[in-house]
Amino acid sequence: MKVQSSRLKAQGFGMILLLFAAFCILPPLTRAGEKWSGVDESVIKKVAKEHGQETRKPFINTDQGDLLLFLFLLAGAVGGFIAGYYWRALTGENTDQVKNLKEDV
Amino acid sequence: MQKHRISKVQIRKVAVAFLLFTASGSLLTVSDVNAMHISEGILPFHWAAFWSLLAVPFVAYGLYRLRKLSAADLSFKPLVGLMAAVVFIISCMPIPVPTAGSCSHPCGTAISGILVGPAISILVAAVALLIQALFLAHGGLSTWGANLISMGVMGSFAGFLTFKALRSMKVNLVISGFAAGLLADWATYFTTSVELASGIQGDSPFIPLFSKILIAFIPTQLPLGILEGAMTAGMIVLLYKKRPDLLIKMKVLKTGEAA
Repeated sequence: MKVQSSRLKAQGFGMILLLFAAFCILPPLTRAGEKWSGVDESVIKKVAKEHGQETRKPFINTDQGDLLLFLFLLAGAVGGFIAGYYWRALTGENTDQVKNLKEDV
Repeated sequence: MQKHRISKVQIRKVAVAFLLFTASGSLLTVSDVNAMHISEGILPFHWAAFWSLLAVPFVAYGLYRLRKLSAADLSFKPLVGLMAAVVFIISCMPIPVPTAGSCSHPCGTAISGILVGPAISILVAAVALLIQALFLAHGGLSTWGANLISMGVMGSFAGFLTFKALRSMKVNLVISGFAAGLLADWATYFTTSVELASGIQGDSPFIPLFSKILIAFIPTQLPLGILEGAMTAGMIVLLYKKRPDLLIKMKVLKTGEAA
């Protein structure tokens, strides 16, 4: 069990190194026109525009002022709460749901 | 004993609050519509309709599987709820990639494909993409089918099949999870390139346009795929440590493999 645990740690460390290497060594093959724009701007919309396809405004246009910022914050908060709630339901030791799950298995 | 129990509860509350804060904070970094799905209006009508029609049977099968599994086992629901939240958050979280100077997002469909199966993972992605298209100006209603085929169908199946294939070859959990996440992410953007090239090609030949789009994705998606692989492996290892019984139940592990 200990050997397995240390092996898992070593693999985790290896993965972090690999990730770091990817970020540092990989040369910037292309640069987006605007710094930190999404790949939709730097790739999808750019190529589509070259071929005569333009984006349309969304049916519900929330991209107005800080409205989109608010909605992203709200979505993150609600999503984070739901993820945390179910994670606790799945891994908490004393919840009824977990007891039932463990009994089932 | 009582004190110890209280502190454990407090730690859990802090962990939940931290998760909430992190998710909110990362989504708050969005300053413009930096959506990474195919935006509204990019695909011509007939292509948008084609991808949407292609996606419908997958969603219907996902609904059927969810009903069947939930009826057989009520405890399945918390895991689906967790996966729905994870896919939703991950797939609208722009991550800056220094090698490219641009942002993109992981998909999260590899982990959901592995844990709840590709059919339900597709359903989860369908709901996430619909909410994002409706309220977050992220993707689009007309391009919902195309985005679902690339992120939901290809992402889930690539993750699930890679994980199963590697596990059947006795490759360990971490490497299998990493490869599943990596290939799911790359499969998603490979499919996006196919969809985009076929939709906008007009009189241009398909292969050069497809290659151009795929190559343009590489600086961002290459490192992001590695990140998605690490995230997928990390989540599986975390569940392995916390709930190996759940992984056995979801057929991610065999009974003898959980130490």
